[in-house]
Amino acid sequence: MKKAKTRIHRSKSNLTFDIVNVAIMLLVFLIMLYPIWFVIIASVSEPSSVAQGKVILWPDGFTWYSYINVFKARRIWIGYRNTIFYTLAGTLLNLVLTIPAAYALSKKQLPGRKCLSMIFVFTMYFSGGMIPAYINMKNLNLLDSPLTLVIVGGLSVYNMIICRTYFQNSIPNDLYEAATIDGASQFRMFFKIALPLSGPITAVIALYYAVGRWNEYYNALIYLNDTNLMPLQMVLRDVLINGQRLLDELLSDPNSTLEELAEASRNVYMAEGMKYAVIFVSALPMLLIYPFIQKHFVKGVMIGSVKE
Amino acid sequence: MKKKKSELPDVSWKGESTSMPALKKKGRKALNMWQLYVLLLPALVYLIIFSYVPMYGIQVAFKDYRVSLGITGSEWVGLKHFIRFLTFPDFWMILGNTLRLSFKELIWGFPLPVVFALLLNELTNKRFKKTVQMITYMPHFISTITVCGMVLLFFDRQYGVVNAIISLLGGERVAWLANPDYFDALYVGSGIWQGLGWSAIIYLSALSGISTEMIEAAKIDGASRLRIIWHINIPTILPTIAIMFILRCGSILSVGFEKVFALQNDLNLPVSNVISTYTYQIGLGAGQFSYATAIGLFNTVVNVSLLVVVNFISKKLTDTGIL
Repeated sequence: MKKAKTRIHRSKSNLTFDIVNVAIMLLVFLIMLYPIWFVIIASVSEPSSVAQGKVILWPDGFTWYSYINVFKARRIWIGYRNTIFYTLAGTLLNLVLTIPAAYALSKKQLPGRKCLSMIFVFTMYFSGGMIPAYINMKNLNLLDSPLTLVIVGGLSVYNMIICRTYFQNSIPNDLYEAATIDGASQFRMFFKIALPLSGPITAVIALYYAVGRWNEYYNALIYLNDTNLMPLQMVLRDVLINGQRLLDELLSDPNSTLEELAEASRNVYMAEGMKYAVIFVSALPMLLIYPFIQKHFVKGVMIGSVKE
Repeated sequence: MKKKKSELPDVSWKGESTSMPALKKKGRKALNMWQLYVLLLPALVYLIIFSYVPMYGIQVAFKDYRVSLGITGSEWVGLKHFIRFLTFPDFWMILGNTLRLSFKELIWGFPLPVVFALLLNELTNKRFKKTVQMITYMPHFISTITVCGMVLLFFDRQYGVVNAIISLLGGERVAWLANPDYFDALYVGSGIWQGLGWSAIIYLSALSGISTEMIEAAKIDGASRLRIIWHINIPTILPTIAIMFILRCGSILSVGFEKVFALQNDLNLPVSNVISTYTYQIGLGAGQFSYATAIGLFNTVVNVSLLVVVNFISKKLTDTGIL
């Protein structure tokens, strides 16, 4: 009798816990989702409705107007093109630098392994800082070049350590031993054993790098001046942070038709509405691939958290 | 390409040395190791050019750098630039802003993901749990610029949705962006929005390692959910918490330049000017390379020292450390 009572009491307190917990999680869920939702609904609403605060939960006066205007802006296209190039070429360089080095450092028999690891890890905590790095880039003639943003950020030691941990823990040592008996060279072992088995970690590392490169603006701010080389994030910065109006370029463009000029100067709210569309357009590739890559990303964090 | 080249010396060597098996074995081993170094070389060269050469350039902090004279040719001036920074009237304001933002970020941004992970771990409905995870990780993939842009849009006095909701509920519109009092909250809040889910992953993975038997045993003993969290879950993830905490402390003076810089405006400058943005302003804005380098070095040295100290304390207390 008494036992039954405590059990009921316990399940009751469990129920309360569950209700409170679900309520908190639901709240967190909504707080996380709402800003993204709002960007989407504001971008397809009539810009004047957004500015007047009529859009809160649902689009008001559905229109593609803001998107059409964003796609008219040449800078967006240039930024897009540049960012795609920087992301693809940059990530390729990242992989070429990271994976072989991670493999070599995963080998316990490598003479001087400790010392070499230290040389890598040291750079995670200590650096020359903004100005010496800038002077260095200048001396290398790498300011304002199409390759600047490809070369800068070529190696993340953090990613290399994740990769090294994977090589150490996930590839059975027996494979290497068998290959050693067969007289395989280290190159052969890397290209024929480690690399074919490194698919999962290559995916994780490539995604880490690619997302970093897509979202990066610091290096562009420091090392680039040429507007034709600017990545999408710098265009975003001009529009969202510095309040430049995308369509002002149409105003100064002699080829603009009178209608375009009238449209560009007509609506004071248009610039505001376009900001939401710009956000969505720039984040779209990430949002599209996100459901597919999420799993890999989480895997990366897990591998990274394994202590040696 | 690379592979074929590498096999060649291996084969020819084999042919020459069949009469000396011992030497062959030794030689082959050295050769194999040499190949590992080749694999390591591109990354090492990259690091030397783009990390270690700039470290050599730190000496301009102790010189009067002139472009025409170069790094080595410029004149030594000792600690002049450091003294100038330490005696600069705004020094304490800038240092104070840096510490204040960093500290607020730490006390809000550090425990919340832990709590979030503990609560998420208690959800019994797998699908709901998955959905919450999926949505909370998403902001991590949005760029800093976009997040800052969203802050500026949402909190705009005239057009922002936050004020729209406030006025809909009958409140007064607030000048969130123009009033420096709100800067910290916007900075820290947007950081939590972006990082909460992502930072929780590491704790969730630590929590998934707890044996269900232990939990069951505790339940049979009549422990409540909160007691189980307190006595089993939290102690299990404590080493992870310690490591994350040390790493956080190592960057206490490196308040994210990108975000502060993007959220800065003339009105909030008295509370938003931090060491890194000041370095940028002085260095690339005003072209005072030596002075800016000295400020940057000051920043780095304080960070590294803090990291070492916190790591030492953590090793004493919890036996976990990263160095």
